[in-house]
Amino acid sequence: MARTCALMVAAVLWLLAVFPGWTLAGSLTKLSFIPQWVPQAQFAGYYAALEKGFYEKYGIDLEIIPGGPGRSPADLLERREADFASLWLSTGIQLRAGGLKVVNIAQILQRSALMLVAKKSRGIEQIVDINGRKVGLWGPVFQLQPRAFFQKYNLDVRIVHQSYSVNLFLRDGVDVASAMWYNEYHTILNCGINPDELTTFFYHEHGLNFPEDGLYVLEETYARHPELCRAFVRASLEGWRYAYAHPDEALRIVMRNLAKEHIPATRVHQRWMLDRMEDLSMPRDDGDAPLGILLAGDYYRVGWSLKESGLIEAIPEFTSFFRGHFQ
Amino acid sequence: MSGKRGIAFKLAALILAAVSIIFLAIFGYNYLYSRKLIIKYVEENAKNLAGRTVNEIDTILSSVAKVSQNVAYIIENTQCSGDELKSMLHAVVKNNDEIYGATIAFEPYRFDPSVERYAPYFYKDSEGNLRFADLALENYSYLYWDWYQIPRELERTVWSEPYFDEGGGNIVMATCSVPFYRIEAGERRLCGIVTADISLLWLEKIIASIKIAQTGYGFVITRNGTFVVHPDKDLVMNETIFGRAEERNDKALRELGRKMISGKSGFVPFESLVTGKKCWMVYAPSKVNGWSVGVLFPQDELMADVTHLNRAVIIIGIAGFCFLFALIILIAHKITGPLRLLAGAAHIIATGNLESAIPSVKSRDEVGELAASFDHMKNSLQQYIKDLTETTAAKERIESELHIAHDIQMGILPKVFPPFPDVSEFDIYAILEPAREVGGDLFDFFFLDDDHLCFHVGDVSGKGVPASLFMAITKTLIKTKAVKGLTPDSILNQVNNDLSMDNPSLMFVTLFLAILDIRTGELAYCNGGHNPPYILRANGALEGVDTTHGMALGVMEDFVYQSKFLTLGKKDTLVLYTDGVTEAMDHALELFTEARLEEVLSASCDLKVKDLLSGLLEKIKEFSHGVEQTDDITMMAIRFHGA
Repeated sequence: MARTCALMVAAVLWLLAVFPGWTLAGSLTKLSFIPQWVPQAQFAGYYAALEKGFYEKYGIDLEIIPGGPGRSPADLLERREADFASLWLSTGIQLRAGGLKVVNIAQILQRSALMLVAKKSRGIEQIVDINGRKVGLWGPVFQLQPRAFFQKYNLDVRIVHQSYSVNLFLRDGVDVASAMWYNEYHTILNCGINPDELTTFFYHEHGLNFPEDGLYVLEETYARHPELCRAFVRASLEGWRYAYAHPDEALRIVMRNLAKEHIPATRVHQRWMLDRMEDLSMPRDDGDAPLGILLAGDYYRVGWSLKESGLIEAIPEFTSFFRGHFQ
Repeated sequence: MSGKRGIAFKLAALILAAVSIIFLAIFGYNYLYSRKLIIKYVEENAKNLAGRTVNEIDTILSSVAKVSQNVAYIIENTQCSGDELKSMLHAVVKNNDEIYGATIAFEPYRFDPSVERYAPYFYKDSEGNLRFADLALENYSYLYWDWYQIPRELERTVWSEPYFDEGGGNIVMATCSVPFYRIEAGERRLCGIVTADISLLWLEKIIASIKIAQTGYGFVITRNGTFVVHPDKDLVMNETIFGRAEERNDKALRELGRKMISGKSGFVPFESLVTGKKCWMVYAPSKVNGWSVGVLFPQDELMADVTHLNRAVIIIGIAGFCFLFALIILIAHKITGPLRLLAGAAHIIATGNLESAIPSVKSRDEVGELAASFDHMKNSLQQYIKDLTETTAAKERIESELHIAHDIQMGILPKVFPPFPDVSEFDIYAILEPAREVGGDLFDFFFLDDDHLCFHVGDVSGKGVPASLFMAITKTLIKTKAVKGLTPDSILNQVNNDLSMDNPSLMFVTLFLAILDIRTGELAYCNGGHNPPYILRANGALEGVDTTHGMALGVMEDFVYQSKFLTLGKKDTLVLYTDGVTEAMDHALELFTEARLEEVLSASCDLKVKDLLSGLLEKIKEFSHGVEQTDDITMMAIRFHGA
């Protein structure tokens, strides 16, 4: 009996030594993170990591600030209201080139989900059919690829500012709409349009792979707490792996967070989104390259495009920009 | 298998099978027809209901659209200041109960070249107080909201998808947006959008008032397929019919949704999203905003009456079936009961007990008749057996008498051979085989004196007892008349006269009579219509005996017979016979004939007379081969040896 007690005490002591964060709640470092958008399956990995205690395990008491309209992650980063933010790669480069010293600590998506979609019933079946049509585009960050695309194929289009809904497209207010593969495309399908009635143009299939979601932190924060940054990335990637391995549980977590924010959502849509996130975040040609890597090729492709369109003056140094790739 | 079953079982099985088929046919028809009627009735009702509901919805939507369109018309045609616009909006929201908010949103710089955006907005808060808001605030770029952008691009009145109003108590709202234009520099240019927001509570009320049976319900989906009104609150404003279809992997539901949002109407089978029950669904589109109203009619509940009726019909059917079964068994037993008793009685009678009583059957039907006939048959049979017993006794008596007669008849014929053992001059042998107990053939031989042997063979017409009596008379007459010194013709004359004299039954006898001188072999003979005998010479030659042209005896009185003469050499044999020999028949009714007789005789010259006749008889029997003998067979053979 005495021996069993002694063993248990030893085990507890060992655990405390390995996971110091568990010793006292007070010793966890309070940090905050903001994703670009509402708590949908696009961010399932972070919510799963939070729910499953992965952040705590790495010594972080994380608060996820729900994103959404009118809440810019870049602003929150700049104002130090959020420690970490999920941003598009193009946004990250723009911020750094524009003077806000952010660093990428993990590139979550490897392929661009941005696409153009059109109805065949409107006579659009191939790229050339887009010429002269009304095309719905989102804000500047979403316009890099389309503009490069139009230039590449010499298309003259009328650009219409596209809102968050796809109703303008559904009602034929525009002939071609922007869509994220994991989101709006499925919304369109679930408004009763069959896939075979749609023509799709994926930018990444046209030499315009601008990978999107990545994790960012201010350089000063990174310089001061590199270990915490690493801990955050490790916990986040663990969360993603968990979500892909346990999609049903991940979806339950996502649905609960959406309900908390009173955002109407359906399981089928979130399921589609999670499945597409897995497709997009999986490394491409590099075989067993780890999750979260940013490839220099992708970086400079986006950088050049930004520079060419005049959004940045110079492309920041890749090595100073990407501080991830630590597993 | 069924062949062994009783009549009651067969009758019951057949009738019940037929009745079952008839019942099932009636039941099936009744079920299908009543079902068809109900479906038709439901379909008519459903279409009416859908039409009425859609009209009700459209009336409200149109009135709201009218208000917005009127405002747009006013702005298009009058120059209004900001205050005027505000007071107009105030009035619109205040005076129209169904309108919760209204705005006039201008294109950039179109209200005032110095102001980029201008969009005054009046709305009712959760307490119903009128409030003002400026939609042109920095962080609310109305230009890119659906309510502004879609009518702007489409250049026509547009109803928005429903949305939750975040300010006014989280109620579901929809906005009617009307673009308005002004002619500037000869060009019609878009100026802005007039909107009216309405709560969709009334829509919920209209749909909620639809009550179909216990679980039937109505629902509304938008042009995107989003549920706006549905009993399942989780679906409302959250999911589209297509999302539901994807979740349930239900392609038919997706197709139905596509029909609904494309403005079609219809009546289709459908599985309830709430109860999972089979339903019929009617759907019809709003002509104002293209939303589709669906109403579900649970099949089982609407079919309850038909189901109830059918259940009753089945119960009555089963009860009737049982009743009929009992009735048939009863009737069958009533019929087969007496039959079984009769069968039992018949079995007893069959064992020979004719005294057993036939069970009495009171009914006058076929079974009664059968019982009566059976009784009659039994009585007849009893009488018949009685008669038969008597007849058999009589026959036995006659047979025994005949047997005695036979013995007597045989007794009067010579039967010891050789008859004269110490006489060496000749051998004689004779056989008489009567066809019946007694016969009409006769033969005899006796010495008239020491040297003269008289012998004869005859055949009386007819058979049986009369013939045997006539034969006895004839033989006795011959024995009496044949005395020493008489010739065969004189003997026959006398016998003929005696027979003919008193012959009421007109019988006659053929007769061959001869007298042999045993020393010389001379033979005197007379033939009264009898088969002529054969002479079988010692060398084997066969000869006929010349006819004496005599007539059968007893036919004509005073007929004069004549004798003829011949001489037998040593070892010559005279063979006499009756027509029973030549007319013996085989199976094919063919006669033995003289030809066969002659053949047999020709081959028999070396045999002793006894063997000769025995061999001949054997040949005849061989020939007839078991065919019953019809005539008496008589043969006699005399072989002369000389002194």
